[in-house]
Amino acid sequence: MVDVDNEFDYQCEVQVSEYVIEMKDVCCSFNDLVVLEDVNLAVEQDDFLAVIGPNGGGKSTLLKLMLGLLTPDSGTVRVLGESPGETGGRIGYLPQYTHVSTSFPVTALDAVRMGMVRSGFSGIAGRRKNGDEIEKARTALERVNMLQHAKRGLADLSGGQKQRVFIARALVDCPEILFLDEPTASVDPASRNSLFRLLSELNDEMTIVMVSHDISSLASGVKSVACVNRSLHFHDAPKITGDMFRMGYGDGEGDVCCPVELVTHGAVPHRVLGSHDGGEE
Amino acid sequence: MLDVLQFDFMQNALAAGLLASLICGIIGSLVVVNRIVFISGGIAHASYGGVGLAFFLGLPVLPVTTAFTLAAALVMAAVTLHARERADTVIGVLWAAGMALGIILLDITPGYNVDLMSYLFGSILAVPQGDLWGMAILACIIFGLIIAFYRGFLVMSFDEEFARSRGVPVDFLYFLLIAMVGLSVVMIIRVVGLILVIALLTIPPFMAERRTTSLGAMMAVASVLSALFTVSGLLLSYYADITSGAAIIAVATTCFFFSLLLPGKKMV
Repeated sequence: MVDVDNEFDYQCEVQVSEYVIEMKDVCCSFNDLVVLEDVNLAVEQDDFLAVIGPNGGGKSTLLKLMLGLLTPDSGTVRVLGESPGETGGRIGYLPQYTHVSTSFPVTALDAVRMGMVRSGFSGIAGRRKNGDEIEKARTALERVNMLQHAKRGLADLSGGQKQRVFIARALVDCPEILFLDEPTASVDPASRNSLFRLLSELNDEMTIVMVSHDISSLASGVKSVACVNRSLHFHDAPKITGDMFRMGYGDGEGDVCCPVELVTHGAVPHRVLGSHDGGEE
Repeated sequence: MLDVLQFDFMQNALAAGLLASLICGIIGSLVVVNRIVFISGGIAHASYGGVGLAFFLGLPVLPVTTAFTLAAALVMAAVTLHARERADTVIGVLWAAGMALGIILLDITPGYNVDLMSYLFGSILAVPQGDLWGMAILACIIFGLIIAFYRGFLVMSFDEEFARSRGVPVDFLYFLLIAMVGLSVVMIIRVVGLILVIALLTIPPFMAERRTTSLGAMMAVASVLSALFTVSGLLLSYYADITSGAAIIAVATTCFFFSLLLPGKKMV
């Protein structure tokens, strides 16, 4: 969020507009239950935004609005200057881990190749086996250190390995923005650390938006934080220190499930609505 | 041993069984990986309303049933489009309503009483030549559509949300898939009965899924397994003198349970 890194050394296209994601006065509700209210958000290019908040606070809804999987009741959402859903090949998406059937018959390599499917009808035609695609998929697998498992069936891989395959699928088409939904859920601590290392590395090449309920995700690489609990509060927090991280964990008894409230203990400028269900500190 | 093959009815039964196996192997694989088994069951049962309607109106059975089933299938597709697992109540209602409608219409149709059993278990030993051609044409259409949109079906089946985020026309593919399920069910139901349709749509693909690493291979293995079950079931029914549809299902379910004992992917 702070300094715009102009050193694009990857083959990805450079996005020129100032904000890669803009949300204006967005409201979203399901069956009269308001999930998001008057949300305004502008994400700069090369930001690494962590979206945190309690369960049911609207984090995933926010992400789905950006992806065009949901449409807002009111307000506008623009991603890369277009309506969400029109951005097709320019964004990468890592859905929640639990999302995909674990017995689907597919190899790791073929799963990654699905990340290159084009939008519209031309994209769904045929069953191309072009070498260029396979090469790109292998490069993406190498990047997440999974190349040696390329030919194995996805069902035979461990949870952490599957996660890396899905990250490779999100990366394979060189997205300008990478969206991650709870990337640390059901991943062991070692894989989580390597995941964060990879994400900070990728952040040199692309904007990252990560939804997480895991406060430790704030420790590494994140440049700004959005706290979502029906409303959204944006924090331009260039440095989230280990100190704050410790304080967050130290004081969080009983409320560990709510990272927003944990973060409020820290020294970082942080505004949270008073109506947060735990009350004030 | 193969003296049974000299009978015309047996040749037709085998041809019908093999065609049904091919169609069920392909469509059934998509049904299983998309987790729409319940919807497929709903479509199969609702199609009975079309049979009743045809007899009530005194119109040819196949076109009326096809139109009715397609309509029911598309309604179910619309209901389940955005909440695939959560619309099961509506499916259950349409399932029952279609069947009840069929029976009521047959009840009030004067002077005719169709044999319910033949629609439940089919009459594979009495398949007319015309139905064989219909199934062959349907198999070609399905084969063509699957090849044309293979990549789309693959990406949608694997991860619908991801597919949507990439701009894949998931809604179109989903309606197309449900329509193909409807067509397959109508075509095959007259031959093998609706219970066997559901068995063939689910058992071979499930067994295939655990042992393959691509959707295409799953379809091929499911078709072959399905053909094996059908042929051995037919032979069993001939030599043991038992109902053919039930014999095929008995073979399939027995193999299914034995296959669970063999190593394969984890079941979820």
